[in-house]
Amino acid sequence: MPTSTLESVTSAPAANGSAPPPDVSLLHEQWLQFRKSKSALLGLLLIVTFSLLALFAPVLAPGDPLLQHLPASLTRPLHGGYLLGSDDLGRDILSRILFGSRISLMVGAISVSISVVAGGVVGLVAGYFGGALDLLAMRFIDLMMAFPSILLAIVICATLGPSLQNAMIAIGVIGIPSIARVIRASVLAEKELDYVTAERSLGASHLRLIFSAILPNCVAPIIVQSTLAYAGAIISAAALSFLGLGAQPPAPEWGAMVSSGKEYISTAWWVITFPGLAILLAVLGFNLLGDGLRDVLDPRMKE
Amino acid sequence: MGRYLTKRLLLVVPTILGVVTLVFFLRFLAPGDPARLMLGERATPDAVKVLRADWGLDRPKLDQYLIYMGKVLRLDLGRSYKTGDPVAREILTRFPATVELSVVSIVIAAILGILAGVVAATRRNTIADFVAMVGSLVGVSMPVFWLGLVLIIVFAVRLNLFPTGGRLDERMLMERITGFYVIDGFIRIFKEHDFSYFFSALKHIVLPSLALATLPLAVIARVTRAAMLEILGQDYIRTARAKGLPERTVIWSHAFRNALLPVITIIGIEFGYNLAGAVLTETIFAWPGLGNWLYNAVLARDYLSVQGGVTFVSIAFILINLLVDVIYAYVNPRIRY
Repeated sequence: MPTSTLESVTSAPAANGSAPPPDVSLLHEQWLQFRKSKSALLGLLLIVTFSLLALFAPVLAPGDPLLQHLPASLTRPLHGGYLLGSDDLGRDILSRILFGSRISLMVGAISVSISVVAGGVVGLVAGYFGGALDLLAMRFIDLMMAFPSILLAIVICATLGPSLQNAMIAIGVIGIPSIARVIRASVLAEKELDYVTAERSLGASHLRLIFSAILPNCVAPIIVQSTLAYAGAIISAAALSFLGLGAQPPAPEWGAMVSSGKEYISTAWWVITFPGLAILLAVLGFNLLGDGLRDVLDPRMKE
Repeated sequence: MGRYLTKRLLLVVPTILGVVTLVFFLRFLAPGDPARLMLGERATPDAVKVLRADWGLDRPKLDQYLIYMGKVLRLDLGRSYKTGDPVAREILTRFPATVELSVVSIVIAAILGILAGVVAATRRNTIADFVAMVGSLVGVSMPVFWLGLVLIIVFAVRLNLFPTGGRLDERMLMERITGFYVIDGFIRIFKEHDFSYFFSALKHIVLPSLALATLPLAVIARVTRAAMLEILGQDYIRTARAKGLPERTVIWSHAFRNALLPVITIIGIEFGYNLAGAVLTETIFAWPGLGNWLYNAVLARDYLSVQGGVTFVSIAFILINLLVDVIYAYVNPRIRY
């Protein structure tokens, strides 16, 4: 956080300038409201569950996710010690799904971080400085939104070369426009408010105004948008891996697992079914949570 | 209205130029050289040099860009690096298949989505509402490539009701009139008294269009519900009910007609996404459309085809969104930018 000589002045109660510290009673109130939403709680439960599964995957997994055992290939669920069956190379599907949750959660976190940092800088700068800079930035954002996003992700990923890392970059890039727009909109609303004017008249620098006055008050929409983007990132990463452009074998990535099972759908339904369900549930968790958070944190964004 | 439309139309031109530019320069992010890639590792440097000159890759990037841009403006997208076929023709051959699939799926999504949304809004906070809304979130969270495979397992492999992929039975060869096989098959009924093509086309489109309809269906249901809830709370609805109008009239002719604006918009937007996002669905169902072709071009690193395909799809996407805005402005008299 940038320190300035005005620290003592601006933090004095009389100035009442920078963002107020998080109000405990407000947080509590929001939690109470959040708790009333069954769907949001279900979302939180799903996410916590997947996080725990990812964290304790080495302990929980009955086997090695990469260990091949060809004599037991395509074993049915509940047979031969395979709870969810085995794939074409005789690997335990349950173990692969458990380790796969690490990949999916990590992919989501990294690509959303890319979107939030890049989109955040663009949105903050465009919204705060306005003028030609804003016009230029927003035209570029519009241009990015003129592309159908999944297509853009496929092309970026294919151009950079198929790998999980490039998939995260591609997904991070396609997430930039929506984050930038949300942040710009809330900066525009925030920067004209009296407390910002007050702090500006006290001589606060641009950096200080942006980071310590305006940004903390834009956190709510950023959290909501990031949660929904997290859901989108998981599903896009799975789609890219399914197409062979993301995670490469033998990584236990969910989309790649579905892809490897698609040749056996006439005989072994379980190879694609369980990893697909995992994708669905994880994405659903983030969508439910994002929806619930939106209702609580940002009533303006309600549909 | 006139001024808004002019402005909106003028804005499309730089957007399209920007798209072409961005797609063109994206290629230079790729490691390696297209000519080297085409000829393989063991090609002699001379052979690579000749091919590079042939494709104009030895010129400065700006020259290449201007040449490409000039060609695009004359609707020439170049020739595929792999097959030598004109990219524009390849695209136009496959486009009808994608349009057909997108139209059928958006119609399914619109009908079911509107019904679900209206039912959820009129029975707010009941089980029906809860089921519709949780259902729509599940739809939004559904990986379409997985759903497609599940549909194939259940309805094609197990129940044997529908084929697993393609547009027609293998022995059939459709005479292309419109390029939309359902319509071409229908025409054939009258020309040849042959029903088999029509039913084959119908059977083939059911599963892929259902898979592709899931996401738009869910989104349309949510938007419809929200729009209906807003309208149903207004005074004139209470008046209509107080007059003793049947509930059905109140909902469909009074409320729904006014909720239609956001619903039409979202249907248009989702149609645009369908056209573009059919890559996954087309790949799974071996649907010989643009998405499938584009995916194969991506895998083959056939850059000119990828470039042309992405440009084409993006322009279609931009034009559909333009159309949505125009319809919106036309229907909503309050818009006067």
